[in-house]
This record gives sequence, C-alpha cells and structure tokens, in this order.
Amino acid sequence: MRWLFIKDLQILRRSPLLVGLLIVYPIAIALMIGFALSSPPGKPKVAYYSAVAPGQGAINFGSQKINISSYAGQLFQSIQPIRVHSRDEAIAKVRSGEALAALIIPADIPQQIQSLVTTGVGSPTVELVLNSKDPLERQFVDQAINSRLNDVEQAVSKQVLRVAVSDLGQVLNGGSIQFLGQSFPLLGLRNSRTILRGTIASLPAGSPLKVALQQVVDFSTLAIQGLGFASPVLGSIGTPLTVNRTELSGSTTPTDAYAVAIAVIVSLMFLALLLAAGMLAIEREEHAYSRLVRGLISPGRLLGEKVVLSAACAGAVALLMAACVSAFVHLQWGRFPLWVISLAFAALAFGALGVAIGGLAREVRAASLLAFLLALPIAFVALVPANAVSGGLKAVLDVVAFVFPFKAALQAVGNAFNGTEPGIGWPLLHLLVLTVAFWGIARLSLRRFAQ
Amino acid sequence: MPSTAATGQESTTFAARELTKRFGARTALNAISFELVPGELVAVIGPNGAGKTTLLSMLAGVQRPSSGEVTLPPERIGWVPQQPALYSKLSVAENLRLFARLEQLADPEAAVTTMLAQTDLEDRADEEVGRLSGGNQQRVNIAIGLLSEPSALLLDEPSSSLDPRQRERLWSFIGGLAGRGTTVVYSTHNVAEAERYADRVIVLADGELLFIGTPTELEATVGGDPRDFEAAFVRFLHERGH
Repeated sequence: MRWLFIKDLQILRRSPLLVGLLIVYPIAIALMIGFALSSPPGKPKVAYYSAVAPGQGAINFGSQKINISSYAGQLFQSIQPIRVHSRDEAIAKVRSGEALAALIIPADIPQQIQSLVTTGVGSPTVELVLNSKDPLERQFVDQAINSRLNDVEQAVSKQVLRVAVSDLGQVLNGGSIQFLGQSFPLLGLRNSRTILRGTIASLPAGSPLKVALQQVVDFSTLAIQGLGFASPVLGSIGTPLTVNRTELSGSTTPTDAYAVAIAVIVSLMFLALLLAAGMLAIEREEHAYSRLVRGLISPGRLLGEKVVLSAACAGAVALLMAACVSAFVHLQWGRFPLWVISLAFAALAFGALGVAIGGLAREVRAASLLAFLLALPIAFVALVPANAVSGGLKAVLDVVAFVFPFKAALQAVGNAFNGTEPGIGWPLLHLLVLTVAFWGIARLSLRRFAQ
Repeated sequence: MPSTAATGQESTTFAARELTKRFGARTALNAISFELVPGELVAVIGPNGAGKTTLLSMLAGVQRPSSGEVTLPPERIGWVPQQPALYSKLSVAENLRLFARLEQLADPEAAVTTMLAQTDLEDRADEEVGRLSGGNQQRVNIAIGLLSEPSALLLDEPSSSLDPRQRERLWSFIGGLAGRGTTVVYSTHNVAEAERYADRVIVLADGELLFIGTPTELEATVGGDPRDFEAAFVRFLHERGH
C-alpha cells in the first residue's frame, strides 16, 4: 500500500495549484466563518445632530437637575457617530451613503422630558432617518439604535426615580433644599408629627386645640405610612426584574474557542472530502482501477489507502491551523493528545465520506463537485441552533446532522480544545461508526467501478 | 505475419472453460470455452455488444465470471485495457516502477529498464505520460502489461486510437512477443487486422461463441472471394442470424 501512498503524493506534488487551492480555500472559508461567529457586529456609521444648545441639556426635577446630554455617550456605544451641525447636513450624509442613518435630537427635547416627568404629559421624540436601499443594513442600524435608545430611556427613568425617591425621603424625614444658591431646612412629616405630639402634650386638658392638632397628627401618621410604602415601590420600578443566570449543562465552550473549532473542522472537512473523493475517482478516470484490483491490491485496501491519505493530509493541516490560531485564542495545550485523536477521528470519518462520494460519482470532476456541494450544507445543518427552527424540521435536521460527521467532529474537537461538555467519548464513537458506514458504502459503490 | 505457434510446441497454456457472465437477467457471455497454445496470436472479433471486452476482462481477472473458469491465475496474465491505464501525472519510468513494485517483482528497477528498452521508450523515461502521444501511451500501457513476463497477454482493442504508422509498430512489437512464446489474445473491430496478424480468430456475437479457427477456415465456411475476409466475416454473421 505504501507504493500507492507514494504515487498519490507524487501526483499531488505535481499539482501545486490544485493542492494550494485545496488548502487555501477551506482555510479562507473557515476563517470567515470564525470571524463571523466570534466578532461582534461593527458599529454602523450614523450622522448625529443635536439641536440642544450647549448647557441646555438639563431638566429640573424636584430639588435636583438631570443632564440628559450625559446619556449621549451610552448611545455612541453601539454606533459610530458622525457629528454634524444641522438636520439637513445629517440627512445629506445619509443620502450620500456616508452614513447609514441620521439621528436628530430636537432643541426642545429637555423641555419635552421635563414636561413628561413633571406633569406626565407629552411624548419626547427624536428623529431617526434611515437609508432604505439595503433592507439588511436598515434592519441592523434600526436594531442597534433602538436597543441603545431603550437603554438610554431606562437610564433616564432610573435617574428620575432616584430623584423622586430622594425627594420623598426628604418629605418624610426632613433635610435641606437648595434654592437660589441657598440651603433651606426642610422639616419633614415625621419631625412635624413629633413636634405636634409635644405641643398636644403641653396643652392644658380640655384645650380645644388638642382635638384639632390630633387630627393633624393622625393625618401625618397616615401620610408617613403611605409615603413610606411608596418609596420602595417607586425604587422597585427602576429595576423591575433581576435575572439570576444558571448554566445547567456544565462548562460551556467559550465563543472564541467554539469559532476556532468550527473553523478547523470546516478546513478539515473540505480537504478530506475533496482529496478522498478526487483521489479515488482518479483511479477510474485514469483507467488504472481495473489494473490495480486484478490481484495487485484489493478494493478494500485501495479505499483504506485513500481514506488514510486524505485523513493524514487534512488532519495535519487542521492541526497546524489549530496550533497557529492558539496564539490568538486560548486553547488548552495540555490536552494536545486529545487534539490529535479527535482530529484524526474526524479526518477519517470525512475521508470515508469522501471515498463514498468518489465511488458513487466515479469521475473526478463529478466527485469534486458533489463533495463541494455537500460540504457546506453538512456544516450549516450541524450548526443550526436548537430553537431556531420548528420541532418537525428540527428533528429532520438532527437526523441529517447525525448521519454526517460534522456535528460529532465539532463536539469531539471542541472538547479536545477546552474540555467542554459533552465529553469526548461519544463523539469519537460516533465518528468511528460513521467511518465504517461510509467505508461500507464506498466498498459497495466500487462494484460499478470496473464497468 | 503469422506467429510461430503452429510450428512450435503445441502444449496448452491458456484455456477458458464454460465461461459465463450474467448481469441480472441478461447473459453477456454464455459458456465460452477454448484452448490456446504458447506463442499463439488470437483475435477476438464480433459486432458491437458481442461480449469481447467482457470476455477479456474475465480472462484477465478484472471481472469474476458467473460460472466457469480460466486455467491461468491473473498474476500470470498480462492485461492491457483499451484505454491506457496509466497515471498521466507520473513519468513513464515512474508508472513502470509503481506497477513493478505492486507486482512485487524481485528487481523492479531491472524490469523497468528492460521494458523501457523493449518498448523503445528509454529517451522518454522521465517524461510525464500525459504529454506523450497516443501511440507512446499505448506502448507504456503494453509495457506495464508485460512487466511480470506473463505467459499470456490480453489486449483490448490495442490499435483503436493509433495512426497507421503507430499500428504497424505495435503489431511488429506484438508479433515479436508471440515469437518469444507469449500467448497473445486481442480484441479488435478491425477485421483486416485479425486476418493479417492472428493465427486464429474467435468470433463472438450476442455472448455466444460462433467460431474459433484460422481466418482461412472462417472464409471456407462461407465460400465466396477468398481475398475479401471482411465480406466473408459479415456473410458468416449473417448466416448465423446476426
């Protein structure tokens, strides 16, 4: 069998363009997938115009001022602002394509908010101008800005509530109030009630003032109870719901490591599939198959040679890729033997699938095309999140993902890289079963090969 | 160019007994039997679909017969398929060396050297096969079939892709092989080639063996102009209902 190995390596060596393409193409695809999965979406460019004059962004509420201009910074966390000096300039930026959207803050936004928080009347409004040429970009910008505006709204609401609760506290317990640069003491309901009770006690029995003052004391007691109850209620509105997060499935794969595992498996898959399918089909295309199997080598050993050759090449490239990427993303080098084992099992399974394709297609071009057409759907089916599709379709996708090696390979390699759940045993066994099954299909397909 | 078979020793080296091949319900070959002697040159002729390639494939051990047997094991038979079975990215010498090693010959390098000399391809030894002419590719194809110095050589339509000059050289080479005692069986559509080079012809039609004998004997069975073998062959098939 080693002479066939040498022969195949000689053929590959004399096809440098093909081999280069076989290596570069899957790595390029893998890196793109990896970047797409691990990189946060970029910030959209948004023309930003605030008509609020400098220093005019504050609203008065109770005894305090809230500067709404300070919340613009939050908005800029999810957009890349292009600051402009007029509404028309903002819209022109969108029309020219320089900005994907324009966010325009009207001059009276502080007054609108002031009106809302003091009287409950009004609906503060900002203007968003979107570029509707590209619906995907439009959706992206819309979501980015709306999500951040919601955050700003929540932050302002919280601040207003904090002021309201603070003022209520002063009404209840007393304190001081700033007015025209001077501090004035504020007595508070509780202190008032104490003073009144002292006054009532000091009055002579039968004094007509006693009854009247007692009514005021009773009212203040009721008010203290009511307002004392209102303060925590108002405070709770600011943060109505707290989420306690618990992971049930043990340790999870970090996003970056998961992306690396996907990238590595995609490269390995392309290389193993295309090499195995092509190298087997070439035996028939060169008419050598009939010469080989008449006693020189059995069909089973010929398949074995193709599977091992393609797995060795693909596994080596995948291992090298993982080693290089580990310079940027944390992978556990202490588990290196498991990297090798998991990549070897995955490569053998994809190699076996490759020879099955090569055996069925019988021609190099058809085999390459078939392998190419199968590769990406196999990957995408395995990557569909559990809740992304309805139950029936999900069951079908699960079956498809089960009968191809991508998902098991991803689980095995993901575990090998970071020791994450599920364990490595079942995925390796799954890959082994798939290797045998595809080898069997390839063996059957060879019956037509000599014809 | 008759071979020396008829004049030399007449011991049987190669025989097919009741060879039958079925593909499902269809019978591609039906109980074919014959015996060949060392150095004999035999042409298998017949219309399209007669079973010529199937017969040679079974004799070579490429396909298993549904029933019947071949007396020589595959390793003693050289096989030259119709299309050159060569790796076009490898050189002439590399192709020969690969198959010499797969044949597990005692001295692969010596076998390569011998075959390069016999096929007159020494000057092209390091050239990629894919860049050779059809005639030279066929010579390499035959050389690989001869690497193990087989008792019998089977060639499936060996001259079909060659020009007249290349054909002449091919038959000269094959005649030399038969002269050295190798039994040669070849299939061909060119009836004139069968008449000119074969000691005997095997006529197949629809998987049945219709005739085995010399070209002269075939002509004699139908009479007519003895100078026109092709006409005699067609008349023979017609008389047999084909």
